[in-house]
Formats: sequence, structure tokens, C-alpha cells
Amino acid sequence: MKYVPTIGIECHVQLCTKTKLFSEVDNDARGKEPNSCVSPVCYALPGMLPRLNGEAIRLAILAGKAMNCEINAHSRFDRKHYFYPDSPKGYQITQFYEPIIGEGYVELPSGTRVRIEHAHLEGDAGKLTHYDTYSLVDLNRVDTPLIEIVSQPDIHSAKDAHDYCKELWRLMCFAGVTYGDLYNGNMRFDVNISLAPEGSDVLGTRAEVKNLNSFRSVERAVEFEIKRQSKILDKGEKVVQETRGWNDASGETTGQRSKEEAKDYRYMPEPDLPPINLSAEFIAEESAKLPMMPADYRDKFKGVVADDILEILLDYPSLMSKLKEINEKYIKGVSNLFASVLLAEEKSAEYLNDLPSSEDLNELAEMNEKKELSSTATKEVFLRLFDPQMKGRGAKNIAKELGLIQENDLGALEKIVDIVLAKPETAKAQEDFKAGQEKVLGFLVGQVMKESHGKANPSAVQDILRKKLK
Amino acid sequence: MKIANKSVTAEKLVRDALDKAKHFADYNIFTFLNEENAIKKAREIDAKIARGEKVGRLAGVPYALKDNFLSPEGETTASAHILEGFTSPITATSVAKLEAEGAIMIGRTNMDAFAHGSSTENSYFGPTLNAHDRERVAGGSSGGSAVAVALDIVEFATGTDTGGSIRQPASFNGVYGIKPTYGCISRYGVVAMASSTDCIGFFAKTPDDMNLLMEVASGQDPKDMTTLPDYYGEKHSDMDLKSARIGIIKDFDNDSVDKEIRDALKTKCELLKSKGHEIVELEMPALKYALAAYYIIVPAEVASNLSRYDGVRYGFRSANSDDLDSLYFNTRSEGFMPENKRRIMIGNFVLSSGFYDAYFLKAAKARTLIVKEYEKAFLECDYILTPVSPNPAFKLGEKVNDPVAMYLEDVMSVSLNLAGVPGLAIPAGKTKAGLPIGLQIVGPRRSDHNLIEFSKELI
Repeated sequence: MKYVPTIGIECHVQLCTKTKLFSEVDNDARGKEPNSCVSPVCYALPGMLPRLNGEAIRLAILAGKAMNCEINAHSRFDRKHYFYPDSPKGYQITQFYEPIIGEGYVELPSGTRVRIEHAHLEGDAGKLTHYDTYSLVDLNRVDTPLIEIVSQPDIHSAKDAHDYCKELWRLMCFAGVTYGDLYNGNMRFDVNISLAPEGSDVLGTRAEVKNLNSFRSVERAVEFEIKRQSKILDKGEKVVQETRGWNDASGETTGQRSKEEAKDYRYMPEPDLPPINLSAEFIAEESAKLPMMPADYRDKFKGVVADDILEILLDYPSLMSKLKEINEKYIKGVSNLFASVLLAEEKSAEYLNDLPSSEDLNELAEMNEKKELSSTATKEVFLRLFDPQMKGRGAKNIAKELGLIQENDLGALEKIVDIVLAKPETAKAQEDFKAGQEKVLGFLVGQVMKESHGKANPSAVQDILRKKLK
Repeated sequence: MKIANKSVTAEKLVRDALDKAKHFADYNIFTFLNEENAIKKAREIDAKIARGEKVGRLAGVPYALKDNFLSPEGETTASAHILEGFTSPITATSVAKLEAEGAIMIGRTNMDAFAHGSSTENSYFGPTLNAHDRERVAGGSSGGSAVAVALDIVEFATGTDTGGSIRQPASFNGVYGIKPTYGCISRYGVVAMASSTDCIGFFAKTPDDMNLLMEVASGQDPKDMTTLPDYYGEKHSDMDLKSARIGIIKDFDNDSVDKEIRDALKTKCELLKSKGHEIVELEMPALKYALAAYYIIVPAEVASNLSRYDGVRYGFRSANSDDLDSLYFNTRSEGFMPENKRRIMIGNFVLSSGFYDAYFLKAAKARTLIVKEYEKAFLECDYILTPVSPNPAFKLGEKVNDPVAMYLEDVMSVSLNLAGVPGLAIPAGKTKAGLPIGLQIVGPRRSDHNLIEFSKELI
């Protein structure tokens, strides 16, 4: 039988606030010792109280706006209870009853719309590393602000699941609310998937695949689940409602202990935090800070930047916002440099953090346009703009220092050509060319280039030679 | 209160307090005596005085600290086994404010473990004896603090009041005890019982002392988001202390309340009338839900707040554990007192899925009714005068095995905590048997200062 998959996705996004959600301790634990970014609130000393980080509220508003969501003027926190060493308080502070972000939608590049049910703020849990006879607890991640984005079950293919996750990632990165480092768990996905026979309007029983941390694994997990559940349904059996884990190496999902399902989180209003009440002015003011989103860039650069290049560059918010500052006539050229030169570089990740100024890029593009720089020389100067030794000197100065500026002054070029043609060693070649041997022109151009110390514009030289040897 | 100056040294005040504390050792008031540090601090203050430097408003005043306030001096255990061995790296905001004014903590006082109880019999360290009758309870949960002030060991003591834990022991021992407006004093650094009703307060000997302590300790604290913007000491000119309307709750005038307490209330009403105040009879029917609502909301918050005591990071850890589940199970089974466990059980029950609406949500609605009932009452009167508890101090062991009888002790005190309004317990004479009687004056939110001032009319 043919089945239609129905997929809903929950996504956890770690917010890049300076300090944690509930205490004033460093929220950026990247490359730091375990348990070094921890306050007494994080490790739940007696008598400690959560203090809400206003920056997290601002970022939540931006995240909500990036997904076209309502921002709720009134929201509050609840406690979700469970015992585990990754949760020192014995509960997670989350928003169960009244979340800050309401309904909205995300539009995929294909045009498919996925509705957002809501998104809420919560504190992350710590991390456990298990060994044979013991486990180590690292609380650096405790109370890192998260927003959990809950989609409606509007996704019906593995590809759309992939694209939705990727688009969410782009939205969050463009909105500037997260570092967006998937490898380090800045965004994690839980995928709910069920199958129903084609034409049926009743949804099937769903399985939830938890803790996926790449778009590819989301896509593969969905593909695997579609196959697994199809087989079960084909046999006339029932899909068990359960939580499943993903094994990236084997490409399979496996059922986890059903004990997990029996959890009762005993939700309760968080009495240590007053409700969040946001004025309409505040929401409007903060929402206005939302930078351009991928959809805005698609509109803006349509027809200027090739679609495939644009989709590549849309993975890099810093490149897009740089591109925005470039002169319109150079956008195409600079976007090509970004896509084919910068991103091909080994150090591109490092380079992305410190892009050249738009003045430099405009200057570079202008030199290229005026043929002062060959395309090879343009690429070379472009890369030099990232060189710690060179950058800041300006594209033109770098090009000059490297002796890459082409001689375009026809009068000057003609003089050089004359010098070369007057040399006895070129006499034979001149004869040959006049006799119709096209290929010796290359030799003559080479001689002129040598005489000009490489600065002559070769195509201009060709033109002059042809004219003179007619 | 006696404050250190050129003629009375802080060291003398502190040494006297420590001597008295030792003299009354068999009352089991203190869980820790801060001898070395207290004397060291007293000498520092004396040196300042000798140099003519400015000292704080509580310079050299010895005080007792309830054992649930975090400070690096002595172990902070909340008189609970599960916190045994825990020395805090943190100082509670309220303690820091007192110390900044020169007050000197001479010891930590005994309490019902985690403040669960009304007699201090639920302490891991055993009960504290009543200051006036050694066969009777000190009241609770802040029993040690009340007795420390009543026996004149210290000038004042800190307490916490979640449902009566300051007012009831104050009335059992014949001293002043205040439960301020919710959010008046920071809860930061105080072992939480029930976050939405916990209030930090004091035991003192006079209204003026109480006022000074409130001035020092109150105020908004960025570390406690439930604190109110500073208001203490603001003048409430619209409240006339000279001809006030005093509400009396009709429902509390019944046989379940000890006759001598009801008589004391009537005597005070006559006194007020003679001073030109007006007595108003109030009907507050919603208050009959207070105890039931309290014993749902508070255990729910208790169960939640006690989740962090798991033996993983600090305090007591059971030696008999070989995996995570047994670490949790054994540590909590061995570390909590029976009353702690009872409240954890009740709390988790009322929060369980399927029961939340029937219990917790319903109790929350009852709480809203109670808040409104008080708002309505304060349209008809300026203050309310009621007993604190239905009876004077009871015998040790009399109620400790009857949880419901113990909970009924709180019947007239808990509604204030649910409504967030302030209450001041005042001494109101003694029974024929010589036991102190306490009454409480209740006011609208933020009327703490006026309450204290008005209590002088009742002397």
C-alpha cells in the first residue's frame, strides 16, 4: 500500500546570550573546562533563585519574528520535574502553559509553508558522559537559554523535513539568536513521524526520533522511519508509539526504553519568577531589530545572483549582510568570489568571522570591471584581503604592491609593443604571423608582457599587435 | 535594643549573649554557636568606635540566625539531616544587610527541618523547649529563634514564615514576630520551603526594634525577582493611627479557639475603643478554604523545592548506594524527616497528571478568593486583629504524631501567607497557667510599617 508520511518537528535552539537564562554566569562554554561556567543557581545550591535574563527575552522576540510568529504579551514559566544528575534543581524551568512565542509559519525555499504551533523559552540541562562504572557530570550547559520550536504536522517528506530544519537554522542564524553550531548541539531536532494510507484522513500512530543534530540525519531518520513503519503496516501490524534513538553509523532508529514514556513531569507554575508582561511598544521596538531574513535576500537578489549560488551563500549570514553593502553592479561579481573562491578556501570558516570592508570589495570589483585586474589577479587580491599581513591596506594598494595592475593605457602599450617589435629576436615571429601563422601571436604577446613586467592587459596587447602586423 | 557605643562594648554585648546561650543550653535553642567569629567581629566594631569611626545602626547587636539562612558561619542545615555538613559559600541578602549594619550572629537556631512544622519537634536536632514552660513546645517552625529572644539571650532573631512559622512561636513565647508583606525582604540565600508564601521576618522585643530591623532588611533585590520595589518607610498619610477601624473576624470567635485567647482579644478591643478606635465585625467566609488550599499549594512547592537534595552535589549522601536510583532513594529516605516526606508525598500527588486540576488548580482558585477577601476587608477596616493560633503552647509530644492536629495549629495564620499580606504577632498577656498569649495585627500589602507603629496602641 502507499502511505503518506506526516511529520512534526520540535527544534531546540541554544540562544547566544552573554550570560545564562537564570544567572549572571558566562553562557559561552565553548572550549572551556567542564563545570567552569556554573553559578550557584546552576548547580542548585539551597536558597538560590532564578533571575531572568532580559537578553533572552529580546532574542526570543527576534526568533519569533523570524518565524512570522505572534509574540505573546503575557507569558510565564513552569517547573518540569524529573530526577537525573543533569538537572541539579530536580526540575527544568520551562514554559508549559503560557509560552512567549505564539503561532506563525516558516516558508521553505520550495514554497511549502510549515506552521509553527508555538515556541517557548527554557533552560538547558547539563551533560553526562558515561563510563564503565561511573558517569561524569558537566553542568556548563545548565540554564543555557533554549527556545523550543514546535511545528504543526505540516511536513510530508524526508526532503521537506530536511529543508524545514535547514531553513529554521538559517532563520535563527540570520536573526542572530544562536551561534548555530550544529556539531556542538546549538540546534537539536526531535522528529515525530506517522504514516497513514493514501487518502485516509486519520493520522497513524507516531514514533518520535529524538536528538538529531544534523539536517542529513533528520532526512535519513525520516527515510528510515518511512520504510520501517511501511513494513509494519504492510504486515497488518501496528506501529508502537515510542521514543526512538538515531544511530548515525548504522543509519537506523532503535526503540528506547518504554519506561521513559511513563514519566510524569508534575508541571507547576514557577513561583520564583514573576510572569513576563511585554508592552506592545517593547515588542514593536525589539521586533524592528530583526535583520534581513533569507526570504528578503531571495527577493532582493533575484535575477542578480544565480539561484544556486544564492542558496549556497544563504548558509552564511555574514556573507549575505556583506553582499547587501556592495554596489549593485558588483553584487554578481562579489557573490561569485564568495561562492567560488572564499568558500573553497581551507580557512574559510576563520575568514567568515572577519570579512573585508565593503569599500575594499567594491574597489576590487571596480578594478576587475575596468580590466585593471585580470580575473586571476582579482582572485589573488581578493584572498589577500583576508591576509592578516595585508588586510586594511586597501584593494588597490595591495594590487599595486603585488604588481598586478594591468597596463590599459593604449599609448603606453603601443610604445612597449614598438620596443618589442624592434627587437631582432621577434623578427622571425613577425614574418610568420604575417604569413598566416596565428599561433605565434601568443609568443609575441608573451614578449610584450615580459617587457611590461606583467602589467600589460593581454587582450589589449593582442589588439595592438594585430593592428600593427596587418 | 542595646547598641555598642563608647560605654558598652560590642564585645561585652556578644560575650553576655554567648554566656546566656550556654546557660540555657538545655533548651536546645542553638544548632551552632559562633563564638570565635562573633568575638572577632565585636572587637573590630569596638576598634572602630574607639577610633571615632562611623558604625552601623546595629553595631555590636548580638542576634540569632534561624538555621535556614545561608552564611559561611557554621553549617547551614535547616535542621535537616540531609544538609548535614553543608557550609555555604553564599551569604543571604538579608544576613548581609544585617551584618553591614554591624549586627553580630552569635548562633544558628533550631527549627523544624526545612521549616515543616509548628513545634520545632521535627528537627533533626530534637525539640526546643518553650521559654515559659519547659514541658511545652517552642512553637515552630522558628522555635529556636523565638525562645532565644524570649529568654533575652539576643536582642533579635531572624525567622521565616511560610504559614505562621514566625507568628506562632512568637505568640507561644511572648515576643513580637513579624511576617512582612510577601516580597518585602529578599529570599535570596534562604533555604526555600514554599516559594510563593515564604517570608523573611524577625523576632524582637519592642515595636521600635522591629521597625529598625525592617528598615535595614527590606528592599528590592535583583537576586530575588519576587521582591517588591522599595517601599518601606514611605509615609502612608492616609492611614490615621489615632482613629483607626479595626476588623474582628466573626468566624474566629468560636469554641475551637481557646477561651482565654478569645478573652484576650476582647480585652484588647476594649483598650482600642477606649483610645478612640473603632471595632468593625468582618465576615470573611473564604478564609475557611485557607488551610485546605495552603496544604495543597505549599506541599506542591515543597516537593519541588526539595528535589535538589539528592546527595549528588552537597550535604548528606547515603553510604548504602551502588547505583543512581539507590543513591537518590537511600539519600532521600535517610536524609529527610517523616514530616518532610509526608509533604513531598502530598505535593507530588497533587501535581500528578490527572490530579493537577482537581487539587492544585482548585487550590490556586481558592487562593485568589482569599486575596480578594482581604482586599474587600480592607475597604471596611484599616487593620484586622485576630488570634495567631487556636491555643497557647501545647505539650511536647502532644501533637507530633497527629499531623492533622498539627496542621490545624495554622488555621488562623496561613491565610496571610496565601494573600501575601503582612501580620505582626504581639504579646497579649498570659493565661492563668502562665503561658503567653499572642494576637496578630493584619494589614493590607505594604502596610508593614504602619502595622508596627499601630501595635503601640495595643500596649
